[in-house]
Amino acid sequence: MPLTDSLRNDILAAVPSLRAFAISLSGNADRADDLVQETLLRALANIDSFQPGSNLPAWLFTILRNLFRSDYRKRRREVEDAEGNYAKTLKTQPSQNAHLEFEEFRTALDKLPQDQREALILVGASGFSYEDAASICGCAVGTIKSRVNRARSKLAALLYVDGAEDFGPDETVRAVIGGSGG
Amino acid sequence: MKDLKSQASRSTTPGKGGLTPEIQSRIGHQLRAMYDDVVRQGVPDRFAELIKKLDAPGATPHVGHEGGSNDNNGRD
Repeated sequence: MPLTDSLRNDILAAVPSLRAFAISLSGNADRADDLVQETLLRALANIDSFQPGSNLPAWLFTILRNLFRSDYRKRRREVEDAEGNYAKTLKTQPSQNAHLEFEEFRTALDKLPQDQREALILVGASGFSYEDAASICGCAVGTIKSRVNRARSKLAALLYVDGAEDFGPDETVRAVIGGSGG
Repeated sequence: MKDLKSQASRSTTPGKGGLTPEIQSRIGHQLRAMYDDVVRQGVPDRFAELIKKLDAPGATPHVGHEGGSNDNNGRD
């Protein structure tokens, strides 16, 4: 299919969620944007192989996911830099409490095996059907379902285990309130 | 032969790891909050420009072929 105006607009419209997917996968904003850029270049170079009328976002996500996979193997270490970097991408800085909770969630998400993480994101955040997620990941629908379930159980265990430190940052708050003189 | 068991055995079982419906929805909520934060940032200029640029290939066959008297497509 040639690159028509409407196709170009559809690709542009998919960019925000491609970025969200890339950041969720890599945990690193700069790298995520590089991934998106490479995805777009590749998509435009191979636009002839896109079937008109088929699911454009799923096609783009497949490209990005495969790029991430091959890239991930190469530079695994940089991923560990993730958490701090991610916060920088937020436009609206969440309140301190929400921010802590968010960091915890992000950290827990990073602890999931990659298969489970991508399945959970595709189904739980991007809003793809199990069928689309399966085709993006190149596996069976049942496999996606079980990955999503395992991802949820693991997150639940990491985040909401009975007796986990679910306390607010009382000491920090008191220090801030008490120490504002001068 | 109906395949009911896979549907029936889900959702009702709070199951291993304490995955109650409440926790499940909390996870879903946080996941989407994280994701939507990025989605709301829209399309960075860098990507808009990239797509625009690639849309205009170096040598566009923009030859002066105008003024065809035959193809009056109902304009006017």
